[in-house]
Parts: sequence; structure tokens; C-alpha cells
Amino acid sequence: MIHIEYLMVLSLIMLFIGIFGFLTQRSTLAMLISIELMLNAADLNFVAFNRIIYDNNQEGYFFTLFSIAITAAETAIAIAIIINLYRTLRKIDVKHLSELKW
Amino acid sequence: MNTTTLMFLIFAVLAVIFSVLTITTQRIIRAATYLLAVLLCTAGIYFTMDYAFLGAVQILVYAGGIVVLYVFSIFLTSQTNKDEEDDSLRSKIVSVGAVVAGVALCSFIVLTHKFTNTILIDSTQYDISVERVGQLLLSPEYGGMLLPFELISVLLLACIITGVIIARKH
Repeated sequence: MIHIEYLMVLSLIMLFIGIFGFLTQRSTLAMLISIELMLNAADLNFVAFNRIIYDNNQEGYFFTLFSIAITAAETAIAIAIIINLYRTLRKIDVKHLSELKW
Repeated sequence: MNTTTLMFLIFAVLAVIFSVLTITTQRIIRAATYLLAVLLCTAGIYFTMDYAFLGAVQILVYAGGIVVLYVFSIFLTSQTNKDEEDDSLRSKIVSVGAVVAGVALCSFIVLTHKFTNTILIDSTQYDISVERVGQLLLSPEYGGMLLPFELISVLLLACIITGVIIARKH
């Protein structure tokens, strides 16, 4: 039998690994990958609480579905922006991104 | 310990290991591959929790769509070998402090809170049929998800338009 604490600890560890990666990485693509880890951890929590709280309505289940769709949209836009950055600056490190437009 | 518990533990341990590898590796293409492994382990956890449709969506959209997009963009933005950053030590110390404090606080809350119903996976069948998922997605009644569903479609349309505008040559 699996208790909810196991899954919450797993998602807690995954979330903070993502936060640590987001704070320490310098490449924008690597930061985006860390954001994926954080979103994945949040999805796990939604599903776990769906099982515990909502027996009939499945709100957490659908929020995970919607969250996956939103993640796909967010990734597509972010990667478009990063490729645009690479086109103009030839670099994708965050420390070169001090100017927004010129 | 039955098979489901064993599978859950295997997937959980693998997910943690691959998460650590994702952020510690130096090559970004390896980070994308490890991220794929983390997402597949998460899908496996969904399968052990009897949410088969959710696991399938996770594999289709995440592993099939998003990771491929990452690999694509990694190849498009050819990586220069990273020059070792100057302020890395200070920012690493601050990050480690923030993460340790956050883990301590959150795990304190999680482990001291008494949940009333804590059994997540047992021998009961929980699966939601795809038919029920479709009905709930288009139902305006209580528990139905019509409004978020429509919002998501508007969001995806906005995403398509934005992608075209950003990627257009000036």
C-alpha cells in the first residue's frame, strides 16, 4: 500500500531539484528543462490529491491534463523566443541577455 | 509488499535519480535525455495509480512532443562550450541555502500533517474510462470542465499565432 506522503515527498524532492537547477543554470534551455521538472512535480501532487479528496469529480485529474497542455504551449513559445535570441545574439546564456531590444 | 508497491518505489527512485542527473550534467543534450527518463517514470507512476489515460497523455505529449521540441532546439542553437562563470560560487551557495530551507519547511509540513485518508494505492480499481473523461470535459454541470476546456483551446490558438509572429523574419 502506498501512502500519500510517499508521493508528496517524491514531488517535493523533484520540485526542489527543479528550483535548484533553475537558480544555478546559466543556459536558457537548461532553465526551461528545470521548469519542466517543477511542473511535473506539481502534476504529481494534483493527481495524488485527486485520489484523496475528489472521489466523484476528478478535478485534479483534469487539472493535470490541462497543465500538460499549458506546458506544451509554454515550451513552444519559450523555444521560439530562444531560437530568436540565438538568431540575433548567437548566444543563449542568460548573462548576455541584458538588452531587450535595440 | 505487493507488485504495485514495488513498481511505484522503482519508478520513484528512478525519477529522483534522473532528476538529479538532469540538472547536474554538463551537456544539455544529455539533460534533455534524462528529462525524458523522468517524464517516462512519472507516466509509470500514473499507470501504477490506475490512471491509464493520464499516463498515455503524459507519454504522448511530454515524451513525444515536448522532448522532441527540446532536442530540435538544442541542435538549432549549437552550443558553445560554456566558459566557467565568475559569480557561480556565490549564487550556488545562495541557491543551496534556499533549497535546503524550502525542503526543510515543506517536508516538515507534509510529514507532520495528519491526513485523514492516506491510502493512495490499494487493490481497488480507480480507473476513469475515456468515455467518462470526454463527457466530463464537455459537461457544463458541477464537476464538468467545459470552461477550462474552451479556455485551453483559446490559449492554444494564441500560442500558434504567437509562434508564427515570433518566428517570422523581420
